[in-house]
Amino acid sequence: MEDRVELNRNLAQMLKGGVIMDVTTPEQAKIAQNAGACAVMALERIPADIRAAGGVSRMSDPLMIKEIQNAVTIPVMAKVRIGHITEARILEAIEIDYIDESEVLSPADDVYHIDKTKYSVPFVCGAKDLGEALRRIVEGASMIRTKGEPGTGDVVQAVRHMRAIMAEIRRLTSMSKDELYNAAKLMQVPYNLVVNVAQNGKLPVVNFAAGGVATPADAALMMELGAEGVFVGSGIFKSGNPEQRAAAIVKAVTNYKDYNILANVSEGLGEAMVGINENEIQLIMSERGK
Amino acid sequence: MIGILALQGAFIEHKYILDNLSVESFEIRKLSDLNKKMSGVILPGGESTTIGKLLLDLNMFIPLQDKIKNGLPSFGTCAGAILLAKYVEDGTPSLATMDIKIKRNAYGRQLGSFFTKDKFDDEIIPMSFIRAPLITEVVAGNILATVNDDIVAVKQNNQLVTTFHPELKTDFVHKYFLNTIVQR
Repeated sequence: MEDRVELNRNLAQMLKGGVIMDVTTPEQAKIAQNAGACAVMALERIPADIRAAGGVSRMSDPLMIKEIQNAVTIPVMAKVRIGHITEARILEAIEIDYIDESEVLSPADDVYHIDKTKYSVPFVCGAKDLGEALRRIVEGASMIRTKGEPGTGDVVQAVRHMRAIMAEIRRLTSMSKDELYNAAKLMQVPYNLVVNVAQNGKLPVVNFAAGGVATPADAALMMELGAEGVFVGSGIFKSGNPEQRAAAIVKAVTNYKDYNILANVSEGLGEAMVGINENEIQLIMSERGK
Repeated sequence: MIGILALQGAFIEHKYILDNLSVESFEIRKLSDLNKKMSGVILPGGESTTIGKLLLDLNMFIPLQDKIKNGLPSFGTCAGAILLAKYVEDGTPSLATMDIKIKRNAYGRQLGSFFTKDKFDDEIIPMSFIRAPLITEVVAGNILATVNDDIVAVKQNNQLVTTFHPELKTDFVHKYFLNTIVQR
């Protein structure tokens, strides 16, 4: 099992510097792969539509996920509800490459997250701050992403979460031992994990940005703030020209500090997803699962 | 000075290994980076379709291919090996500079990823296989390592590939690359 934990963290390392795209059909998965996605997230409805449809949203149909697995060679991820032990076992049974225990779906358990150490497949989980990130890692997550506010096209919450995580890590690196004890207490995580983060100045797993990324500039911004890669959900297939926008975001993540390339790829992309302001939404998904 | 292709994937891990060996390196992210003087290039692990697509989109494909064909010492791990292979089963070759045939995701999905220790150039080293490809045929070149009869490392003149990820656990293969290919 020790090997498994490391191999699962290693797969996330291979995804770094890349863009993981939400797709709902095999055709979209192929478009994403051809545009340079390093992985796809297979789901029945992208977050913007989940938001619009309301009601309870659940794990996708395994058949639909399998069709996407067969359509591409890149890794395929899929979402389960927070705390839904069985949905996760089902995705493991169809050999999903990564499970996203996601606040985008309706939580199945309002107290417990899944004990992810019991699974062979890797998990990615969302976090708003360092405490959440470390609690998920203790539970067995082998990759972290910001929660952001999915399906809005508004990047402000992803920025807020990434800034919070990075600032808290920087703060840990300058703390004395007694201060680290207190930090561990406040974040409700083991002292050794806090020491590990303080010594390395980074999380022990890969950290991506997610939630509200809609443009190449948004993606580059998240990299600038310390993301090691980017999830793009509704931003691509809710826009005017998905293929071109997807490829542009991929290039923006690779060359996030080259502003000539960023200017170039941002040209003539057509309509971005319309987006809703965080103040206009009823449902705050990032408040699910702490 | 070693150039590390840094379009996508686990490139920083190679830099850490080279740093520890006191070997200077730089990241190759765009066309102008390819003009910098380098004595070797590393093609890291990641997604080969992503890296291949970015090589084309950023107009780096032909210049890099030319350099490798003209003898630039080149070391590809996992996705890097797929990029260098001349033949890709059920897929389109990318740089196609090395006379090997390769099969993507040959051990299945992430559940098929595994860790083992085996012999590389007479030394037992740790080997991490992450959704690894398999070299199914070596048309020209020398096999440097096998795991249960699977070919996992090949050298052909200036090019070295492994289907595993030495950059995660050991500097042995990097030292081999530096000593036998770069400083030849």
